[in-house]
Amino acid sequence: MSSIQNDTELRKTCLYDRHVMLQAKMSPFAGFLMPIQYSSITVEHNAVRQHAGVFDVSHMGEIFVEGPEAEAFVNHIFTNEIRGFEPGKVLYGMMCYPDGGVVDDLLVYRESIPGHFLLVVNAANIDKDFAWIREQVRQNPLTGKPFDCRVRNESTEWGQLAVQGPEAEKVVVDVLRLPEAAALGFYTFYDTEYHGKRLVVSRTGYTGEDGFELYTAPEGIVELWDRLMAAGIQPCGLGCRDTLRFEAGLPLYGDELSEDISPVVAGLGMFCKYDKDFIGKEALLAQKAGEVAKKLVGIEIADKAIPRAGYPVETIEGEEVGVVTTGYHSITLDKSICFALVDKDCGALDTPLQVRIRKKVFPGKVVKKRFYQTNYKK
Amino acid sequence: MSKIIEGLKYSESHEWVKVEGSVAVIGVSDFAQKEMGDITYVDLPDVDDEVTAGEEFGALESVKASSDLIAPVSGTVVAVNGDLEDAPEKVNEDAFGSWIIKVEMSDPSELDNLLDAAAYRALIGE
Repeated sequence: MSSIQNDTELRKTCLYDRHVMLQAKMSPFAGFLMPIQYSSITVEHNAVRQHAGVFDVSHMGEIFVEGPEAEAFVNHIFTNEIRGFEPGKVLYGMMCYPDGGVVDDLLVYRESIPGHFLLVVNAANIDKDFAWIREQVRQNPLTGKPFDCRVRNESTEWGQLAVQGPEAEKVVVDVLRLPEAAALGFYTFYDTEYHGKRLVVSRTGYTGEDGFELYTAPEGIVELWDRLMAAGIQPCGLGCRDTLRFEAGLPLYGDELSEDISPVVAGLGMFCKYDKDFIGKEALLAQKAGEVAKKLVGIEIADKAIPRAGYPVETIEGEEVGVVTTGYHSITLDKSICFALVDKDCGALDTPLQVRIRKKVFPGKVVKKRFYQTNYKK
Repeated sequence: MSKIIEGLKYSESHEWVKVEGSVAVIGVSDFAQKEMGDITYVDLPDVDDEVTAGEEFGALESVKASSDLIAPVSGTVVAVNGDLEDAPEKVNEDAFGSWIIKVEMSDPSELDNLLDAAAYRALIGE
């Protein structure tokens, strides 16, 4: 195993010492030295599917947009529709370039103070996103002037925990003593305080299970983590975060979304609202109308061999038509499955396709990308 | 600390070799299985396949990664451990008890290029 970056250049989250104490296997991810697993990916994955687990996701980025024109600005850079969406709600969507390529996928939180929004972005993209946002805020295409709002990157001032699994509500209420969390619906949040600092409790996640994401200052995150550990909650690394999100059909920026993989190609058009204007809209509409060559699909193969990112996808006749973006032998489903970017005309459900794994080819077929039936709180 | 068995030969790519006459019994070390994590699939060659020292003859897959198996010696595959197809986790449970292939060696002098237990312990730094 090799890594391009030297460990000394990598950033550490506020929980780094806790991970080392737990003897986690640490590895570079998105410029951070992060826990990949504590005991075993399978054990941690199953804990989240069956009970509850906690992830350190303090590497994620927090960008605040505030001001009289904050709503108009966020709606201009975000593919989803935030007008009419109430305070206390969370919305998923993307920021796109004018050509429809994706800057990042993110969550937008509408705060209770009018004109205040929190944008939660991928760790690997914090600097790129903030630069993009600062550039766009300078020019309102309707007025030619800057948008009247401020943008702040507070990523280093916040830590984040994700408590996920069917027992997550019980854990957050009983162990973290946050009884109001039980009343939250999926994709809503509320604000409270923890040791005098703001604590955001959000019913969101990246696992396909019910769960919560908690944002507060680093000292508070460390305390909350310690309480979860004292209660025997399973710590979970980024290894199972990937297997869990993959089974639930959720994209990872860099693999299933990128500057070259648009929301239309990725099958995420439902998060793009075309009855408003946003950067990239014209390009995405053209792609929707047929100007797109590729499609992201799920493929299941009839063997235990594992289709990994980069492996070629072929028709049964052996013609190469695409490439695997993420693949695993699914822990929950006990099947070898993958996401793959393939020629659009090969993308229909049940189309027979094969994956080349080392020297052999393994026949399979196109299946729905949501491999696992998700269990979100309604 | 990883288990290392005296009397076996080891490759720098973490395979072990137990010599039984002209046959080399080949598996992966305890250190290797720990590094890999939960092994979910073993890609085996077929009996009668030729393998060449230093070249890939199969692969181990964990949840997260794929790792090539490198032949420590050259020769002909005379047996493969088919039990591992249904129970790859046996490599995690007992790396030295879970042989992967047996090879009829074409050049037993290649064994001299391998490490003994002490040199292998030094290699993995334990």
